[in-house]
Amino acid sequence: MPEQTLSAFSQMAGLTSHNFLSAAAGIAVAAAVARAFAANRGEGLGNFWVDLTRTSLYVLLPIVIVSALVMVALGEPQTLSAHANAVGLEGGKQVIALYPTASQEAIKQLGTNGGGVFNANSAHPFENPNAITNLIEIISMNTLSLACVVAFGRLVLARKEARALVVTMAILVTAGAAAIYWAETQPAPAMHAVHASTAVNMEGKEVRFGAPSTAVWAATTTGASDGGVNSMHDSLMPLGGAVTMFLMQLGEILPGGVGSGLYGMVVMALIAVFVAGLMVGRTPEYLGKKIEAREVKFAMLAVLILPLSILGFSAAASVIPVALKALEASGPHGLSEILYAYSSATGNNGSAFAGLSANVPYWNSTLGIAMLLGRFAYVVPVLAMAGSIAAKPKLEPSTGTLPTHGPLFISLLIGVILIMGGLQFFPAQALGPIVEHFQVLNAVAGH
Amino acid sequence: MLSDIRPAIVSTVLFTALLGLAYPLAITGVAKVAFPYQAEGSLVRDGAGKVVGSALIAQPFAKDEYLHPRPSAAGTNGYDASGSSGSNYGPLSADLAKRVTTDAAALRASTGHDEIPDDAITTSGSGLDPDISPAYAVLQVDRIAKARGASPDVVRKIINEHVEGATLGFLGQPHVNVLMTNRALDTTAPKSTPKSS
Repeated sequence: MPEQTLSAFSQMAGLTSHNFLSAAAGIAVAAAVARAFAANRGEGLGNFWVDLTRTSLYVLLPIVIVSALVMVALGEPQTLSAHANAVGLEGGKQVIALYPTASQEAIKQLGTNGGGVFNANSAHPFENPNAITNLIEIISMNTLSLACVVAFGRLVLARKEARALVVTMAILVTAGAAAIYWAETQPAPAMHAVHASTAVNMEGKEVRFGAPSTAVWAATTTGASDGGVNSMHDSLMPLGGAVTMFLMQLGEILPGGVGSGLYGMVVMALIAVFVAGLMVGRTPEYLGKKIEAREVKFAMLAVLILPLSILGFSAAASVIPVALKALEASGPHGLSEILYAYSSATGNNGSAFAGLSANVPYWNSTLGIAMLLGRFAYVVPVLAMAGSIAAKPKLEPSTGTLPTHGPLFISLLIGVILIMGGLQFFPAQALGPIVEHFQVLNAVAGH
Repeated sequence: MLSDIRPAIVSTVLFTALLGLAYPLAITGVAKVAFPYQAEGSLVRDGAGKVVGSALIAQPFAKDEYLHPRPSAAGTNGYDASGSSGSNYGPLSADLAKRVTTDAAALRASTGHDEIPDDAITTSGSGLDPDISPAYAVLQVDRIAKARGASPDVVRKIINEHVEGATLGFLGQPHVNVLMTNRALDTTAPKSTPKSS
């Protein structure tokens, strides 16, 4: 628990600064990909240090200074005192942990980092005191990821194409939020059994948010690679949990992490034009660049890191006794906890089915490796792909070029994203949350 | 090689100083002056200036004359304001079913009503949810009124005054802050001391 193990100094110097730098590093890679498409027989992709410094100082810092102060005004603490001692109205003593919360919260959300100041993350009233802070935090998660796509469109002179990417992201993440809302308003078996109200599954949720604000947040945080939570995902209904997992397994490109969402989506777009090229028998082009075997190989290599890490580690954990000891539940819910853990770590999401006690050597080391694979093993082929694309000549579109901005391309892209995610992860999901969903239906029908 | 490592080390040191120390400390300084109440954790004080809790943090209430909060999974005994946590029980957890069954029976016994709102027997995500639903608050009116020797209408009026609706009509859910309502109850409808005969 951070409120028991970290001092204000560790939170600030150790965590807050990295919240900036990880977001800036994501934008630096996205900028390299954008320059690759903009270049005509280009040689370089830019200077990482220049991108890192400019992003931190000219983009992140000014926005965060304003949003941190707004967060304090709306109720988040910002103090160096470690705690306040209270004697309650009934005479009980209470030690209330305090931190410089708002300064961390602002960059945590804007940089899609998601690591909370408190154990309960943005479900904690100090990190997320009311519906307005909740809305600001949801908007923060999406702002820079979407801004990266817009900037990409301007740099590559392809605004319509960038808009198609934004529309694709919006359609999928909105569908995810709607599905979670539906799932969370279905009867929860424990409440149904005692004839209590079953309007909303309130276990793990906060009264000030309720089902709608919780569902929108859950879809956003998993679609955006943020990982901050305003409810406990382990207590979501089975299909609610399945959707959050699925959004991470799609590669966190909806709209994804800051920068990483853009390059993840561009990888998907390349695969989509490649699939379309196969269907009509033409060499595919994207944004004036011929997409050939080399680029598609790099794109597929990047995309295949996700199932390798998520499914590989999950398969191992589900048969290794020392791994299973950490689970809160057995059976399908236990498998969901395992799948969620590796989906989240590989996607650098950071949210959890927290019933899994991951703070033991086996889980710490395997989840750590999954995080490194998901970030670096993904970025290396993406940068190789960008380097290869940058060196190509920029072509004018011809009558044979597949348009990459209309509804047809958006449908194709959605299909590629869902089929890649669906085919790779559906069998595992079917044994976890989907079996559990039918168990829930059975339990509710039994009363 | 060295020329690659040097900027990495230098920028780590400089960025840590700027983003990890200067930025949060500057925000702390401004917040202390501009928003002292919020910056210190929205602490609520009694007449003598002693801290009785935070308006944003749940604290345990068990006596009949007070509005009770939601159950809490924070810390071993619940409501641990330095150990926030949800239960993390999945929907089919046997422990969840056991807890809900016990709490439902206790709640029905204390309110005398069969009705149980969603939030009354579920633990929140943080374990420190300062609010309850208006339905759960109204359910407790008779018990509070009886314990205080006050009229239920007075208690109901105080609770209704503390209902905060959804922001702008659609953001979040209506809720009642337990600590603030209980303070108002103590001020407006103090518990009548039983007269010795």
